[in-house]
Amino acid sequence: MIPFDFEYYKPDSITEAIQTFQDIESQGKKVIYYSGGTEFITFSRINKLSADAVIDLKGIPECQVLESLGDLLVIGSAVSLNKIAKSNLFPLLGQAVKQVADHTSRNKITIGGNLHSRLIYREGVLPLLLADAQVKIAGKEGEQVLAFEDVFQQEMKLGPGQFLIQILVEKSYASYQYISIKKTKTSKVGYPVVSLAAIAKDSQIRAAFSGVCAYPFRSAQMEAALNDSSLSIEKRIEQALSRLPAPIVNDIQASREYREFVLINALEDALDALKGAIS
Amino acid sequence: MIKNGSSKSVVKLHVNGDSHEVTIRSADTLLLTLREQLGLNGAKRACENGDCGACTILINGEPMHSCLSLAIESINQPITTIEGLKASNIQETFVEKWAIQCGYCTPGFILNCHALAETEPNATDEVIEEWMQSNLCRCTGYQEIKEAVKTVLQAKTNKI
Ligand SMILES: Cc1cc2nc3c(=O)[nH]c(=O)nc-3n(C[C@H](O)[C@H](O)[C@H](O)COP(=O)(O)OP(=O)(O)OC[C@H]3O[C@@H](n4cnc5c(N)ncnc54)[C@H](O)[C@@H]3O)c2cc1C
Ligand code: FES
Ligand code: FES
Repeated sequence: MIPFDFEYYKPDSITEAIQTFQDIESQGKKVIYYSGGTEFITFSRINKLSADAVIDLKGIPECQVLESLGDLLVIGSAVSLNKIAKSNLFPLLGQAVKQVADHTSRNKITIGGNLHSRLIYREGVLPLLLADAQVKIAGKEGEQVLAFEDVFQQEMKLGPGQFLIQILVEKSYASYQYISIKKTKTSKVGYPVVSLAAIAKDSQIRAAFSGVCAYPFRSAQMEAALNDSSLSIEKRIEQALSRLPAPIVNDIQASREYREFVLINALEDALDALKGAIS
Repeated sequence: MIKNGSSKSVVKLHVNGDSHEVTIRSADTLLLTLREQLGLNGAKRACENGDCGACTILINGEPMHSCLSLAIESINQPITTIEGLKASNIQETFVEKWAIQCGYCTPGFILNCHALAETEPNATDEVIEEWMQSNLCRCTGYQEIKEAVKTVLQAKTNKI
């Protein structure tokens, strides 16, 4: 049982959501946005999170969009992970989010919630880093479109009262060769020991990781090593590993040494899978 | 805009084809409300964390963990619990295939299997496994459940 009471609001439009946020906050109350609600419910139940009010974004039509529009793929923040996977609109994203949680949970977990998760994994982030995605954000100043890599600095950095409306990806990214690898501790369903997404673009590999460090990342230095065709595959991986942006996670799921071992294997698999498309 | 305050209020839930009034806090999960307000105890309380599938119900025909939904966000949506599938041939198949021991996980498995049969009767083994991984059983070795699910899907496709 959730051990505190809160108000629930489900606005029908972006303006109504922003206005509601401001109104509640101006009363000195703590308000948070709510999408699939799975993290809010599970964290609240164990007193890791609390709020005086939640604003459910699922009633906003723009947040439910999942379509191809001109040169862009448009993915609403309140679309469930299963809908994204089933649509096959952006196959790499579909594949990456299909590995999150279990099938029934994915009917409820949304992409907006996954990107903003308090957990370190946020596996939906990886394809967006690779695809130079953009994000449409709502705030009291109106709507703005920003580069995902500017907004995602180890975690989503939205301003107070802002929320994610949509993710925008250039259609061409749906056609690059890709691979998505998730290694868990035991069963197929579980948090990643290592999760890796990679694409081949202009004969170069782009790779992003989750579960390795305390946040999901893509690293230009690591990619430079992985793309150094003067080196053997073994050396490229060794070089890439020496350029990790932060220490490897060492926790109950997997020791640092084990994660490193799994990461090396995952990188070998990724380079092998994309070998025809990269130099 | 739908609003619900921080104190108790009366809302309507559409469960198993009927409309029911329930008195809820915004903070009440659908699982708690179904069990304690409507006496629908088929949805089982176990991990309350989305990990076990014992609380599975259908919302708009899709399997959902009722421990991961608030009752308030489920208003205006058709909800099906195991009580709404009384004496369906899925139940019989689970019995025939010995896919039940203590029975605690069974309502969740049956509802998930029902949704799969309704939406993807031609599901491949891979898809069946993907869906059914959402439910844990601590008694059987899963083999009997797998056979029951496959039999249900076969019966469905033969009928079509
Ligand atoms: C059973 C289970 C297994 C899981 N396994 C994995 C896994 O393998 N890999 C993985 O990466 N994650 C996993 N997760 C974590 C899950 O992806 C996150 O908890 C995610 O936050 C849930 O999304 P939601 O839509 O339910 O979020 P909510 O609970 O609605 O929101 C989560 C957070 O995001 C914020 N938020 C939501 N939408 C927006 C928006 N549009 N704009 C701004 N802020 C927003 C909310 O304010 C809140 O702080 C798992 C979760 C569960 C329940
Ligand atoms: S009680 Fe809901 S998934 Fe375990
Ligand atoms: S039959 Fe006992 S948990 Fe499945």
